[in-house]
Amino acid sequence: MAEIPESLLRRSAEAKAKALGVPVEDVLAEMKGEGPPVKVPQPEAEEKTETVEVSEAPEEPATEPVEEVEPPEDKDAPTPEVEADTDQDVIPEEPKEATYADDPDPDPVPPPAEPAPEQQPVAAAESEETPAAVAIAEKEDEEPPAPPSGNGAGNGKVASVVSARPSVPPAGTPEGVRSQRLLTVVKARAIQNVKAEPTDKVNTWPHLMLMEFGALLLITGILVIMSIVIHSPLLDPANFNATPNPSKAPWYFLGLQELLSYFDPQIAGVMVPTVTGMALFILVPYLDKNPSTTPSDRKFAIALYSMFLAGAATLTIIGVLFRGLGFNWAYPWQDGIFFDDLKDWVHFE
Amino acid sequence: MANGRTSLRERLTEARDKIWGSQAVDSILRPGSPFKQNYSDSPRNRSYVVMNNVLYHLHPVKVKRHAVKLSYTLCLGGLSFFLFILLTITGIFLMFYYTPSAETAYTDVQALSTNVAFGSLVRNLHRWGAHLMVLSVFLHMSRVFYHGAYKPPREFNWVVGVVLLLLTLLLSFSGYLLPWDQLALWAVTVGTNMASFVPAIGAQVKFGLLAGAEVTASTLLRFYVLHVLFFPFIIVIFMAVHFWRVRKDGGISGPL
Repeated sequence: MAEIPESLLRRSAEAKAKALGVPVEDVLAEMKGEGPPVKVPQPEAEEKTETVEVSEAPEEPATEPVEEVEPPEDKDAPTPEVEADTDQDVIPEEPKEATYADDPDPDPVPPPAEPAPEQQPVAAAESEETPAAVAIAEKEDEEPPAPPSGNGAGNGKVASVVSARPSVPPAGTPEGVRSQRLLTVVKARAIQNVKAEPTDKVNTWPHLMLMEFGALLLITGILVIMSIVIHSPLLDPANFNATPNPSKAPWYFLGLQELLSYFDPQIAGVMVPTVTGMALFILVPYLDKNPSTTPSDRKFAIALYSMFLAGAATLTIIGVLFRGLGFNWAYPWQDGIFFDDLKDWVHFE
Repeated sequence: MANGRTSLRERLTEARDKIWGSQAVDSILRPGSPFKQNYSDSPRNRSYVVMNNVLYHLHPVKVKRHAVKLSYTLCLGGLSFFLFILLTITGIFLMFYYTPSAETAYTDVQALSTNVAFGSLVRNLHRWGAHLMVLSVFLHMSRVFYHGAYKPPREFNWVVGVVLLLLTLLLSFSGYLLPWDQLALWAVTVGTNMASFVPAIGAQVKFGLLAGAEVTASTLLRFYVLHVLFFPFIIVIFMAVHFWRVRKDGGISGPL
């Protein structure tokens, strides 16, 4: 079982302790498995549940077997009553509550017996839920249901919540009595095994957005200044008969052109490793099986990529600056720069 | 209000409040918009700003604190996207003044640089923006590699990202020919020659790109259509997938 946070454990222990009327420390010790099972003052309260759990099956006294079997003719009959009950109670109005209470016939309206146990802390329902419900209901069978005392609106609300449940009185129980049905058993693990770790987070707006806006302004500023200062090149009109010397590809392909100038493409087949390299590049995440993202764990990957980066940068810089007439080696400070993209800016020759 | 009459300033304020609070303006701004009349700075509204905005909802409502540090992401992916938007806007402007035919292309660009208001500036923005985008996409990829951000569950987004890099290069390369000057013609000739060295499919790729064995007038039209329609169309699809996967697989704040 996963670690339950101390605060949660304590809270549920307090709830259970309050419900059973025993010291908190005893319950806590029991939950942690350090102490003996808690002795509960009431003899009928069971102790078999390890943790306080709302939906843990309560001991159903006597009525349990009957509950499973519901006669079909009884199934439909109480439902409209429940709905009528709901309608009445959804709007908690004082006058309606009064007439509801004055009604001498308890039959059409199931008495609001459940509010009593439901209003208690949820843990309390565990030990005494059903007996209390039965007891109150039996008492109210003899006399008309008492008007909700004091906080009428609040009681009405709870009653509506309870009666909205499709709980059908089982056959065999006294008239007007509705007992709880077991819908599901929720294991403690399901709600207490909290996976998400609390992390240090900030709102995207404004923190991230402000930074993004700053970056956007910065790049726009750089671009506008660059566009004012450096003009795009426009050389002579295209002429198929006048090959410029040197002929250079766009700068992002110059590294490749540089590579091709070392090895004749037809003989050395530079493009074969290039294309293979591209394929490997796409497959990087499938080839790199190392799950760590810590730099010290991925020295090989980082070294490899850095080599690729350095190689590409070197080849590109050589292609841009150090290649002159006939794509031969040239020093930019001696022979000038042969890079027409920046012709307007550099004013070479 | 000194002499018992409402001043112009008060009337203007009243009119502004009336317009800003009107149903029309209210219907345009989604709940939680900071431009709404009674916007208040609360955690709820901060969440709404992101959730209820067509662009901002690319982001999660909250991000890890370390992810907001400029030194961590450098905003390179976002800047690449921003540059793409900028290039689209300036590109549409340029399309008004450009005809993709061998006879007029060069003079159109010349006229754009000299006769059109801001024509030179917009052309420069387009050109330098394109170079900057190639650079920022590449640097973005490098940043992702160094952080190991391509590891599970984000492997596929790396693949999409590499495709986006290739498409960015193709977009830049296809635009390179359009001024139809010596630089454009011969750079493209060299570039497509390199493509022809690709084993097995090289010659076919070159032929398909150039609409012939070498650069001709029909190559210009081909590159134009590729540049303004085909590649942007493809790249937008891949970008949509890329951004969607960033949100689904976990983006700048690490895996979800």
